[in-house]
Amino acid sequence: MTHKAGAGPLNTAALARVEGEGGMHVEVVDGKVENVQLQIYEPPRFYEGFLRGRAHTEPPDITARICGICPVAYQMSACLAIEDACGVTVTPDITELRRLLYCGEWIESHALHIHLLHAPDFFGVDSAIDLAALDRPAVERGLALQRIGNDILELVGGRAIHPVNVKVGGFYRPPTIADLQAFRPRIEQAVELAEEVVAWVATLDCPEMTTEHELVALSDGDNYPLLGERIISNRGLDIDVSQFLDHFEEYQVEHSTAKHAHHLSRGNYLVGPLARFSLAREKLGPIATTAADAAGLGATCTNPFQSIVVRAVEMLHACEEALRIIDNYVRPEPGSIAVPPRPGTGHGATEAPRGLLYHRYSLDEQGLILDAEIIPPTSQNQPTIEHDLFHFVEDNLSMPDEELRRAAEVTIRNHDPCISCATHFLDLTVERRSGVNR
Amino acid sequence: MTDTKPRVAVWKFASCDGCQLTLLTCEQELLPLTEQVDIVHFLEASSAIDDGPYDLSLVEGSISTPEDVERIQHVREMSRHVVTIGACATAGGIQALRNFGDVEELLSIVYATPSFLSTLDTVDPISAHIKVDFELRGCPIDKAQLLEVITAFLCQRRPDIPSHDVCFECKRAGLPCVLVAHDTPCMGPVTHAGCGALCPRFGRGCYGCFGPMDSARPDVLIELLRSKGVGEDELYRMFHTFNAWAEPFRDQPGEVPVGAPTRRTP
Repeated sequence: MTHKAGAGPLNTAALARVEGEGGMHVEVVDGKVENVQLQIYEPPRFYEGFLRGRAHTEPPDITARICGICPVAYQMSACLAIEDACGVTVTPDITELRRLLYCGEWIESHALHIHLLHAPDFFGVDSAIDLAALDRPAVERGLALQRIGNDILELVGGRAIHPVNVKVGGFYRPPTIADLQAFRPRIEQAVELAEEVVAWVATLDCPEMTTEHELVALSDGDNYPLLGERIISNRGLDIDVSQFLDHFEEYQVEHSTAKHAHHLSRGNYLVGPLARFSLAREKLGPIATTAADAAGLGATCTNPFQSIVVRAVEMLHACEEALRIIDNYVRPEPGSIAVPPRPGTGHGATEAPRGLLYHRYSLDEQGLILDAEIIPPTSQNQPTIEHDLFHFVEDNLSMPDEELRRAAEVTIRNHDPCISCATHFLDLTVERRSGVNR
Repeated sequence: MTDTKPRVAVWKFASCDGCQLTLLTCEQELLPLTEQVDIVHFLEASSAIDDGPYDLSLVEGSISTPEDVERIQHVREMSRHVVTIGACATAGGIQALRNFGDVEELLSIVYATPSFLSTLDTVDPISAHIKVDFELRGCPIDKAQLLEVITAFLCQRRPDIPSHDVCFECKRAGLPCVLVAHDTPCMGPVTHAGCGALCPRFGRGCYGCFGPMDSARPDVLIELLRSKGVGEDELYRMFHTFNAWAEPFRDQPGEVPVGAPTRRTP
């Protein structure tokens, strides 16, 4: 591809197996890393612009289209933010059904990332199709889990990509107890498959690496974070979701159509599986806890390469959680509660598979959107990914370019960036030059 | 893998990834499919890049930047058949809402320094730039329809994709009409089939994500909706979503909502 290539002599192929399109540019001057940029040129789509003037009932359907991989995350954060603006809290039964839908997305998204996007790196192959030639049962098991995740999404949401059953206030038509009970054996099967996946990824050879960044995730009562009202970190942060913008800021950088975000006083931070696991390991379900122990995970995990193990543990947790919800399911009656508009501002945050997703809406008295702000996980992780990349390249400059390029791509995929969300296509350029030519 | 298998490429322009993801969610069909075809270019799934030529290119996303105007030409030159997948590629997608307003205004709402960005004033469907051999509708596309289209092109036959409306699918499923029985605003009468009447199954009105059916009559539907008390602003919003730029949806009247970016005459 010659898609917005950098000027360096070592310009190469696109970074693949990420959701969206961008490039990576590494500048090496006199054997020292000078600059690392994750260049995102996913064309901007201006969601926050055209949300203005839309009805307060529309963001779940509209913002789902920001990302085909995690539409439920967008729907959930949007619902919570609008309900907050309108001063409405949904019933616990509705919240439980939202959790079940979200578990479907976690299972689907994590199974996809583990098997189709990430695992090929650990086997030195280009794709899951090539991986299937080496270990077909592993790939088929991954696809089976993805299917079960998608089936939960279809059962509760109507379809896997851009579900239709979600509305502000709840659901158009909640599934019946019989619908869910009929599906129970599939989830029992998913728990078993996911246990096997944890054991499988635990055998993968992960390079040593430690991320030193602040880890940020939602706090969700006694639950492993999914939906939640507080945001916490491993450096003492403990704030209400409504205070998010008092502590974090999104800003624009020239080399990316996706914005970056940082903590106002402490800078880069990390959201996603490593953050959630490190902050809430003790809230995992019993089967996931046992599997995490057996996989050798400690109290926290800060090695981005091991994120594949953490994702597998989270996928297992989501299967367990789905089973729990189905067994305790009370069909919400009614399926949704009224959310009459009122002027004001609301905030909502949920844990997308790749990390915390924040929405804010300001409404007028008729419920028309005056202003919207959406901060996806990839924006928040982008400076951190660049930082990790910088140090990884610095530590491994002796590698030949091709090898370095592959390894550097893996450090990006460790964080499962979703570039469509953040704004997409990665060309990787390694530019090695001598300072005297500058 | 032998070189005699048909060569398929998947491309992405401005979009959410959902339609190409549909290919990866063909769980039971994915590995068997790769035994029949070589997916030689699919960035979301593989690091291996093949420069073409290709027997079939599946294109997701709409054209919104000067670079993409050039890139889509390259895709056409290298491909025997080009099939667009989804509402973005076929109709412009939700981002084509910018075609009704002022892109500068949108830029300034979303980005502090709009000058860093290179973007066109309008968002176009793929067919505005190159000859397209088949357009598959949907936001997102339907998995079974995608497999049918791939099979059809590889077997050199016309895809068997029905072009009737969602109402037909509702009737076939024996669903009561949400518009008649519950006065729920529904775009089923003007919307292309393909979803299996999904929204009415959940008791909600169709919101048009498969875009206009062939020879749709939105004017007739709009009169009916007005008679049921649907306001002008709501009418505007109904027709201005994921297929807003598709004819004849784009010409439908309705009041621009307060606070929305300035409307420009299409």
